[in-house]
Amino acid sequence: MCGIAGYFKLKGKATPDRELITRMVNAIKHRGPDEFGAYFDNVCSLGQARLSIIDLSTGSQPLCNEDGTIWISFNGEIYNYIELRPELEKLGHVFKTQSDTEVIVHAYEQWGRDCVKRFNGQFAFAIYNKSEQSLFLVRDRMGIRPAFYTIQNGRFYFASEMKSIFCDPSIPRRLDMRALDETFSWWTSAPPRTPFENINELEAGTWIEVKNGEITKGRYWQMDFPESFDYSRPIEDYAAELKELLTDAVRLRLRADVPVGAYLSGGLDSAVITALIRQVDKTRLETFSVTFDDDAFDESEFQKQMAEHLGTSHHTVSCDYKSIAESFPKVIWHTERPIIRTAPTPLYLLSGLVRENDFKVVLTGEGSDEILGGYDIYKETVIRAFWAKNPDSEIRPKLLKKLYPTLPVSGARAKFYLEQFYKSGLEKTGEYYFSHIPRFNTTSKIKDFLTSEARNAVAENDTIMAFGNDLPEKFDSWHHLPRAQFLESKSLLAGYLLSSQGDRVSAANSIEGRFPFLDHRVVEFASTIPPGYKIWGLNEKYVLKKAMLSDLPKEITARVKQPYMAPDSNSFVQKDSPEYITELLSEVELKKSGLFNPVAVSKLYKKCSRFADSHLSFKDNMSFVGILSTQLLHQQFIESFPMPENLPKTAFSVWHDESQ
Amino acid sequence: MEKQKISEKVAQFIAEQFVFDEELSISNDDSLLESGTIDSTGILELVLFLEENFSMSVEDDELVPDNLDSINKIADFVARKNAA
Repeated sequence: MCGIAGYFKLKGKATPDRELITRMVNAIKHRGPDEFGAYFDNVCSLGQARLSIIDLSTGSQPLCNEDGTIWISFNGEIYNYIELRPELEKLGHVFKTQSDTEVIVHAYEQWGRDCVKRFNGQFAFAIYNKSEQSLFLVRDRMGIRPAFYTIQNGRFYFASEMKSIFCDPSIPRRLDMRALDETFSWWTSAPPRTPFENINELEAGTWIEVKNGEITKGRYWQMDFPESFDYSRPIEDYAAELKELLTDAVRLRLRADVPVGAYLSGGLDSAVITALIRQVDKTRLETFSVTFDDDAFDESEFQKQMAEHLGTSHHTVSCDYKSIAESFPKVIWHTERPIIRTAPTPLYLLSGLVRENDFKVVLTGEGSDEILGGYDIYKETVIRAFWAKNPDSEIRPKLLKKLYPTLPVSGARAKFYLEQFYKSGLEKTGEYYFSHIPRFNTTSKIKDFLTSEARNAVAENDTIMAFGNDLPEKFDSWHHLPRAQFLESKSLLAGYLLSSQGDRVSAANSIEGRFPFLDHRVVEFASTIPPGYKIWGLNEKYVLKKAMLSDLPKEITARVKQPYMAPDSNSFVQKDSPEYITELLSEVELKKSGLFNPVAVSKLYKKCSRFADSHLSFKDNMSFVGILSTQLLHQQFIESFPMPENLPKTAFSVWHDESQ
Repeated sequence: MEKQKISEKVAQFIAEQFVFDEELSISNDDSLLESGTIDSTGILELVLFLEENFSMSVEDDELVPDNLDSINKIADFVARKNAA
C-alpha cells in the first residue's frame, strides 16, 4: 500500500507548486508512512507516500527509467514482476532496483498503455512521460487500489484519496446531490461520480491519459461471461481447476519482503485462503479477527476453530458499541463517502490490531462472494427469476422459505408481505437491474428523510440507470446470475467493499490487503463455471466448498452463510455514546448541511434510542447510519476541512527537482 | 443427455443436498417424499436445479409425484422434456 498524488499542467509550463505536493503527500501519509518522495518539473509534479513491502532498500519512489524520461508514482503490487523482469531484460531493459515499480516503468516503455494487460496485481499508478509530455493514470481490473482526479485551474490533479486533491484550497468542496441519491439507492455512486462535485473516480479496469491538453480514456478489462455454460463437464473438474488457480493466486500474494498475515472472519472464504496459505507455506502464520460483544454479530467460535485447525497464532480485537461510535468519525474521514452500515468500522479497528502486531500485509477472502455466487442477492435473483418464468405459479414463490427459513412466513399475512417484497419488479427480468430491485427499493427508503430542496435537486436523476451505462454488448444475452454478478462487482464490490470497507479502512492504519479471489485469472475462470454449479440448488458457492471439502473442518463448509455485519444504530444510542452524535443530528447542524429534514431525523433518533437494546428494521438502521455518516462527511470535508501542513523538504527521501 | 447420465447427476444432487445421514443411501426407485428425503420446499429446490442444469422449464401442473418422486421418475421426466 502506498499513496500517490500529483498534478500535470494541461498546457504550457509554470514553476511547480512544491508546497502543494508536500501537503498532498501529508494528507495521505497514513497510506505510506515509511518514506516520502516527490518529483518536480515545470509541467508535472508527482508525490508519493510509501509503505515499503518489496525491495525495502532501493524501491524508493518516484522512480524513473534509464534516461530519466519516464517517471512513476505507484500504489499497489504487481505480483508477477518476477516473471516479467527477465522478459524485459531480454528485450534490452536495464534494471537498477529489485522493485516491482521499476518493472512497470520498463513494461510501459516496451508496451505502452497495453502494459497493464500483462500485470497480475492490484494497482493504481501515474506515469509521467517526459518526452511525450503526457500523463497516464490507470487502475487495476477490479478496483482494489483507488485513483481520483479532477481537471481544474488548467491542471489535471490526481490522488489516491480525495482529501489530497482538496489540499489545493482553490478547489471547491461541495457535495454532489446526485451522488448521494445514488448512494442512498445502490450503497455507492457510479464512477466517475463521487460524493464531491467535480471530483472524479477513475473506474476499475480503465485508464486516462492527458496529452497536449487533451484527455483520452479507455478500458482494458472488464468481467466477461459466456452466453452458455458447459454442464456436461462435471462439477468436480471445475472444483479442481478452481483450487489450482486459487492456490497459485495465494502463492503470488505471499510475495513480500515483510511478513504476511491473514484475516479470519469465521466464514468460508477467509478459511479457504488461510488453509491455502498453510499449504503453500508451512512456516508460522499469524491470523487476525474481530470479535463482537453483541452475540448477534459474533463469530469468534468459528474463528477459533479455524485458527486451531490450521495451527495459526491468532489475534483478536473486541468490538463493542462504544468503540464503533468513537471510531466512526475517523472512519468517515477515511471512506470519504456516506456509508449506510457501520460494518467498515470494525475492519478499521482490525487493521489497527494488525499494525500493533507489526504487520503490513494481510490476505483476505474478499471477492469470493461476488465471483462464486455467495450473496443472498444472488439466491434471491435465482428464486425471483425461477418465479418470473411462471409468475402466476402458486408454488414457485414458496422457495423463498428455503432462503429465509427463520423469517415468519408461516402466517398468511407475513408470507404475503414477503412475497410482495420479492415479487416487486418480477416483470422486469429483461432490465439490467432486475437482480438489484429488492436492494434498491429497501435502500431508497433513506430518501424519505431528505429535505424537499435536496429531493428536488435530484428529481430528474434516473438513479436506477446509474450503473446501466456502458454495459458490455453481450450483457443482455447473459444468464441472470452473471448479470447480477457483473452489476454487484461494479457497484457494491468496487464502490463499497473494496473501498469503504476495504482499502480505505486498512490504509488508514497503513495496512495492505491482498485478495486471491480477485486474481484476474481466478475471476476469469470463475466466469466460465455454470451458474447451477455456483449455486447448487440453493447451496451457495458450492463449487468452492467442493474444491476445499478435504481441507476445511466440516463445520465451516456446512455452515449457513452469515453475512458480515456490525451493530448499526444501536452503537450510537447508548447512555455513554459520544456527544458528537446528538450534536450532528440537531436541528442547527442539520440545517447547515440542508440535506435532511430535522423533524423526521429527530423522530428517527428517538425511535432508535427507544430500541437501544433490540433490533430495528433494516430501513431504520440504514437511514440512521446513512444520515449520521453524511453529516460527518459534510462537517469534515465541506464545513471545516483540516488543511494538512506543508512538509519540509527534509521529510522527503526522494526530492527530484528538474524545474528551471 | 441420456437417461443414465441424468439420473447420476440427479442422484448426486440429492445425495449432497438432502441426505445428511451418511449411513443412508437412496436407491433410484425410493420415494423421496415417503422416505422423508425431500419436503415440499426441497422439491422446489430440486426443480430449480433441474431447470438450471438441464435447460428445461417445469410447469406447476407437472409438479406431481409421478414426475418427481424418485430418481428414476425424475430422470424419465427430464429425458421426456428434453426430447419434446
